[in-house]
Formats: sequence, structure tokens, C-alpha cells
Amino acid sequence: MDFLHYGLGRWLHIVAGVMWVGLLYYFNFVQAEAMKQAQADGTAAGISKHLAPRALLFFRWAAVVTWLAGSWLLGDRFDDAFLFKERAYIPIGVGAWLGTIMFFNVWAIIWPNQKKILGLVPASDDEKAKARRVAFLASRLNVALSMPMLFFMSASGGMFRTAVFGA
Amino acid sequence: MKNPLDSLWGTVLAGLGLTAVLYYLVRTLMGA
Repeated sequence: MDFLHYGLGRWLHIVAGVMWVGLLYYFNFVQAEAMKQAQADGTAAGISKHLAPRALLFFRWAAVVTWLAGSWLLGDRFDDAFLFKERAYIPIGVGAWLGTIMFFNVWAIIWPNQKKILGLVPASDDEKAKARRVAFLASRLNVALSMPMLFFMSASGGMFRTAVFGA
Repeated sequence: MKNPLDSLWGTVLAGLGLTAVLYYLVRTLMGA
């Protein structure tokens, strides 16, 4: 049971997290700039029609798997982490909160606005322009939050916590 | 004031700054 929980559970959390944050970095470091250039030479349709919807599909569902696997990993320590009940659980609690805010951004802000941008739901040109700005800022905020999130996730266990936080 | 999130490297710097602030906050909370 421990193998399933801590072995496969942690592996699943990391694999899904790599896909989630990897696609987040792809959108921000690669696609956003490429899109500007593609719009300038009239080739953006391929990206927005074929590439972006598929990347967004894996992006948002990887976020779900990451969050659920992380919650499963915390198990009965879920409240210790999220409510900072125990000193040793403060670092993972901070990482978990940052990941949860990012998860909320994906499903409550980025995806509803991307649906307008990609034409999956009806929206006027003004609504699309506003959706583009909101989705862009939420995505950029997630890039910024991913840095402390990954720091706290990777530095919160056992010898790493002792070395990094001295307690 | 310009929004740091409008620039990719501004975003990265904001993330690194936030990491440093949270690190010292958590370290203090843990009494290290």
C-alpha cells in the first residue's frame, strides 16, 4: 500500500506536474511570441485551430491529475499542510497553496477566457480582446507562482527540508 | 508603473523575488 501511495502516487504527481508546468512554460516562453509573429504574416490560424486547443486540453487535465495526486499524497496530513498546523508541514503547505491557486487560475480564469478566444463559445470582438488580456495575465501569474511553488515542493521533504529550512 | 507580467523576464524576476520573500518568511515561521 505504501508503494502504491508514495511510489506510484508521487510518480504520478510529478509526471502530471511536468506536463502541466511544461505546457505552461511552452505557452509563455514559446507560443505567445510565435503567435505574434504568425499573426504578422497571416499564419496564426494553424496555431489557434490545431495546436492551441490540443495543448490546452492536456494542460488543464494535467492540472487536475497533478492536484488530485498531490492531495492523495498528503492524505491525512492534508489539513496539517493547508492549515500550517505543524511546523514541518509549513513548506509543503506553502507549495500546496501556490499549486492550488495555479489550479484555480487554470480552470476558473484561463480556460473560460481561452474558450472565448478560440471561438469555442460565442463572444464579441471586445469580449475576445478582454478575454485575451485576462487569460494572458493569469497565465503569466502562473509562471511567476510556479517558481516558488516548485521550490517549496522540491525542498519540503526529509533531508531537503532540513538542509534548506534548517528545521 | 509597468506591469512586470507584461514582460517574460519581468515575470521570471517577479517569481524569483516571490520565492526569496516566501523562503525567508517560512524560515522565520519555522524558527530556524
